[in-house]
Parts: sequence; C-alpha cells; structure tokens
Amino acid sequence: MLKQIEGSHAVAEAVALCRPEVICAYPISPQTHIVEALGERVKSGALAPCEFINVESEFAAMSVAIGASAAGARSYTATASQGLLFMVEAVYNAAGLGLPVVMTVANRAIGAPINIWNDHSDSMSQRDCGWIQLFAETNQEAIDLHIQAFRLAEELSLPAMVCMDGFILTHAYERLELPSQEQVDRYLPPFEPRQVLDPAQPVTIGAMVGPEAFTEVRYLAHAKQLQALELVPELARDFKAAFGRDSGGLVRPYRMEDAEIAVIALGSVLGTIKDTVDEMRADGVKIGALGITTFRPFPLREVRDALARVKLYVVVEKSLAIGIGGIVATDVRMALAGRLHLRGYTVIAGLGGRPITKASLRRALGEAAAGRLERLHFLDLDRAVVDQVLAREKEVRRSGPIAEAVLRNVGVVGAKIR
Amino acid sequence: MHQPIKFYQTGTHTVGNRLLKPEQRTVQSDRSRSNSLNCGHRACQGCGEALGARYAIDAAMSAARRQLVAANATGCLEVFSTPYPESSWQIPWIHSLFGNAAAVATGMAAAMKVKNRGDVRVVAQGGDGGTTDIGFGCLSGMFERNDDVLYICYDNEAYMNTGVQRSSATPPAARTATTAAVGDAPGNVFGQGKDLPAIAMAHGIPYVATATVADLHDLEDKVAKAIAIRGAKYIHIFVPCPLGWGAAAHDTIRLARLAKETGLFPVFEAEQGEVTGILKIRRKLPVEEYLKPQRRFAHLFAPTPRPEIIARIQAIADRNIRRYGLLDEGAR
Repeated sequence: MLKQIEGSHAVAEAVALCRPEVICAYPISPQTHIVEALGERVKSGALAPCEFINVESEFAAMSVAIGASAAGARSYTATASQGLLFMVEAVYNAAGLGLPVVMTVANRAIGAPINIWNDHSDSMSQRDCGWIQLFAETNQEAIDLHIQAFRLAEELSLPAMVCMDGFILTHAYERLELPSQEQVDRYLPPFEPRQVLDPAQPVTIGAMVGPEAFTEVRYLAHAKQLQALELVPELARDFKAAFGRDSGGLVRPYRMEDAEIAVIALGSVLGTIKDTVDEMRADGVKIGALGITTFRPFPLREVRDALARVKLYVVVEKSLAIGIGGIVATDVRMALAGRLHLRGYTVIAGLGGRPITKASLRRALGEAAAGRLERLHFLDLDRAVVDQVLAREKEVRRSGPIAEAVLRNVGVVGAKIR
Repeated sequence: MHQPIKFYQTGTHTVGNRLLKPEQRTVQSDRSRSNSLNCGHRACQGCGEALGARYAIDAAMSAARRQLVAANATGCLEVFSTPYPESSWQIPWIHSLFGNAAAVATGMAAAMKVKNRGDVRVVAQGGDGGTTDIGFGCLSGMFERNDDVLYICYDNEAYMNTGVQRSSATPPAARTATTAAVGDAPGNVFGQGKDLPAIAMAHGIPYVATATVADLHDLEDKVAKAIAIRGAKYIHIFVPCPLGWGAAAHDTIRLARLAKETGLFPVFEAEQGEVTGILKIRRKLPVEEYLKPQRRFAHLFAPTPRPEIIARIQAIADRNIRRYGLLDEGAR
C-alpha cells in the first residue's frame, strides 16, 4: 500500500509487521518517533501479544532485549548516537551470546561537542562488535531492510543493526510502499531460537570461557558473519520475488559498467552522489557510484569486483577515525589488496549534519580526477577557522574550550551551508 | 543431577528439622529439593553466597513448581558456578553483564508473558557490587516499572570476586583492599553507603525482605512468599565471606547469626513500602562479638584498641534495634 509517511513512522510500521514480541523504548533524537509510534500500536492492542517496556536507559534497553531474546521472544529496540554508546557493553554482549535482536540506529554524531545531527560515527564505533550492519539509502529501503533484518538475524542467530540517516531519513515525509501483513508473514517465519531459557530443558547461557576456547568462540562469531555474505543476497532475491522490489543486498553499483572513477558511500548521501554522477556523466566523465548496503560483514569480494576496472576511487564517508582518517576507506583498501597502486581518496563529509551538496562533491571529485585532492580530504572544511584556533592555542596557554573557540571564529551558531 | 542428599546441618538451628512435621520442614531438608546449584562448583570453603544461593534458588524452584528461570550478574556466584564448559546450574540460567541482571530479568519476564508462560517465574541475582553499585540503575528501573521479577542480592559487603574492594554495601571501619586499615579513621568511612532494602521499599514495590544464611526457615519462607507475588520483589540476603572478611570458614553461619543478634543486620520484611514483619533478636549481643572473629575489623582491637570506633558501630546497631523494634520490650 502506498502511503505518504514519515521515515520513522514507516519503520515503526515495518517493525510492527514483523510481529515483535518485546520492544524496549528509550527516547533519543532522532530515533524517538519510531518507538513512540510502536508504543501507540502496542497500547492499541494491534500488536498483541507484545510487551512495550519503557526502560530507564539504553543500557537497560539492550539488556531487556537480551533477556527477552534469550527467553525466545522476537526483540527490538532503536537508538542513536550517545544512546548507542551508552549501551555498548550490552551491544557486544548480545553479539557474543548470539541473540538475534534487531535494532534501528538513527545515525547521529557523537559528542563532545554535543550534536544531534546526522553522521555515521555512532554505527561506525560499533562496526567490530559482532552485529550485522545494514545501511539504508532511502526510507523505502529502511522499511525493507528491517523486514530482511529479522529474517537474517534469526536465521544466523546474530543481532542485526539497521542504520538509517538521522533526520535526513527518519524525519523525511515521502510516499512509500508499505507491505501487507500477509506478505510479511509469508517472508518472515516465526522466531525459532537456537538457544532458549526453557524450564523443560535447562541450559546455561553466558558461561565464563577461558583461553582454552575463547579463540574458537570468537572464530565462530566471525564465521557466522561470513555466512551472512551468502545469505544477504539470497534474502534480497527472495524479497524481490515476494515484494517486487530491489532492496538490500551487499553492494549496489550505479553506472559502474564503464566507470573509471568510483565514488563509494553508505546511506542516504548516495542520492546526492548519484545526481552528481549523472551531471558529471553528462559532461563526459566516466564516473559511477558504489553503495555499500551491508557494511558488516564487509563484502570484500563484491567491492573488489565492482572496482575491478576503475582507475581511481573516492570514498565519501560520514565518519572520521581520528588519528588515521577514513573508516570505510580502510575497509575498501582491504578489498583492494594486491591493487595498492590504485589511486584512492577519502573524503570526510557531512560530519555533525553538515549538508553534502552536489557543488562541493563535484569540486572534490573533479580535483580527485585531476590528481589535486589531498588523500584525506575534509569536505567544506573552513581552514581559516581551524588555523585561527591552532594559532591561538600556540599563543595562549588557557585558550579555552575548543568548540566555543571555533564557534566564536565562525561567528554564527547553526548549520553552515555553502 | 541426581546425587545423594547430605544432611550437613542436621542438629543445628538451621536445617535440623527432622523432628518437625513434614509440611514445616525446610525445602533444603527435603529429599526432592532441586539442587539448583549443584555440587562441584568452585566457591571457597564456607562461602556464604553459595549457601545463600542454594537455599534461595531451591526454595524458589519449590515455590515455582520448578518453572523457574534466572539471570545472574557477573561476580563470585557467576564465576564459581560456571567455569566453562561446566555449569552447576540445574535451572535455565543466563549471565549477561555485571550491571544488567535486573534488566535482563525484565526481558525474560516480558518474554514469558507474551509466550503465555505466566507460570514460569523469573529470578535475578547478584552480589552487593552488582546490586548496590553498578547494577543499581537497572534495578531501580525494574522496581519502578514493577516488573514481575524477584531480585535477590547476596550481600557479602565488598567486591570479593576482584579481591575484596569496597562497595557501597561495605560497613564503616571495615578494611578492604581499597579502604586500608591505616590512619586515625581506619577502614571504610562512617556515614557512607546505601541501605538498599530501604531504597527498594521507597519504590513501593509489593515485597521487600532481608534474610541471613543463619535462618533457613525464614529465608525459605520469604523466597516462597516472593515467588507467589506478581510484580517486583527484592530479597537482600546477608552472606558472610570467609576470604574477604578474614574469618574462619566454619564461622559463616555463626557470623550471619551474630550480625542479626547484634542488630547490625536487621531481618525484616515489608509490603508496599511498609514493614510487616520483624525477626526479633533472641539474645542481644554487643557488636564486639560480631567484629572480633573478623580480620577486616582486627585494627579496632589491636595494636591500639579503638573503643570509640566500636562505640560508633554499636550506635548503628542500637539505632537499627530502635528503628525496626528488633527487641521485645523488657527483653534487654
């Protein structure tokens, strides 16, 4: 059914269609509308049997989900930013225990300085925790990925995170195709746990494991993630057969057939990138884009194959590994082992919600094509402001709080758009 | 799972009840007890927590007609009971983290509800560190929502698993690895710490109780009562730790009894925030009787006796006795 709907509410509807049994809710922008909408549905009785639990923190949210999942209930929560960081210990725990919790991360920057706007720092901080990470490009894909995520997580008995850009997707109203309950029921079977707390068959879950077996337990976690590399494309094919839409999968190439330049990215920025590709193609530049939908496990082979014929690549990423540079770029480089001569650029963009415009992208991509771009480039960085702060820090010992100094130099408070 | 029943405590106040009518006997003395925490675990000799957990969970199993699941916080109980690939637990049991046992149990209770398994009762358990400190947020949340969970705290008054560091349940003047017995005011400072049973009561939850491993009948009764109640329940069990307290392994039950008989650990129960039952002191004893057998208080007696500090501890006991009415009128 087509519906004009906010991204968050659409995700709530998709999750509701997946018949969750325990939902843990804790408010944090920009995720809050999702759990609000789910709370209303549970209260109305439409989701029965389903327990909606207003917890006291994100750490509790994930912990309740762990308990519920271990007791055999399909469990869901949503978070973002500081909330994801607050629950980190439990996030790792859910993965270590192999509990197929599904969580939406409405991607948002991490403080300090506190910032509620979008980037990928939150999800990226958890890239190695053992969760499957899927990144939605559009709200339609966000809906579809949630439905796929429950099946993927439960088949593998691994938790899965569906990442969608905060505000850009969560708060955007658009026309979306919402599947019917019958369609989802046919696609997503009831949860059959691999391990369950059942008085009829007592098991111990979460025993202490020493050096004699820890490596094997960790290897199995890795091996299970790698199984997702086979399963994700299968589930996407099944999804297309059932719902008639291309959604999910490992990677998504765009105009890559004869591309000499590849732009690689995750999430909603791919829309802007595709528009930029179209414009540059019209100008005769052989350029294409590669969207990475499944970031964990990382599809090394698919990325390598997609880049087999390009002459240079640019990774545009909304996160920064402070002290080295790109996170996605590092993984892309892994995929290109043996082709280390291939020219690659990392463009850090959109941090803390800074808009990524076609104009800025075109400029950076043009400079990359001409070999003039720094290998690690910060899109639209106000160099003068940074230099002023650095100079002041040299002169004055008590130079004061960093963010406040930057704001003073910028002279404005709020988003900076060129 | 099947092992011969050993009547270790026969003839004492605690389990020696073969002269009682069958229905008055303890679960622990019953041949059909579930041995939920089976033998073979790695607890120290004389471990009060192992004893407390065994008593409490067997009683819970009996009250729940063996339909019981448990969440466990990180700590001694978790470590000594589940050295991989072995487990002493004969019940469905999960260990997630140090600070989230109450929340994990909330999730389990929610799952049981949606699965239409309301007959399955949910227990969460942890030590004093996992309860009064790192797990406090999750515990308070579980209380406040009145989730259908019985939380049991085994209080041995410090972080024993990591080597005896102070927790917010450590009593004043006690020596721990982080409250050294040096200076004018040796050991843990006065005027700090949390009274968790009182905090639990302040949440207005249906049932709060304290108990010790010295009174098995009382402990089992409270667990059974809690299991029968829907909503959040809290039982705080006093469990001496021979290693952490510097006490003899054979003194565990004695120290638990002395804590109660001196008034230092009031044994009571409360419903909806109101005290409804008190275990009276049989024969009031001065706190020295309790302090002396423990090396963690040795600095109060030698080389320089510290009667002024002991007097302050006595004042705490006396205040408990007044506050909870632990003595019958004229009994002192």
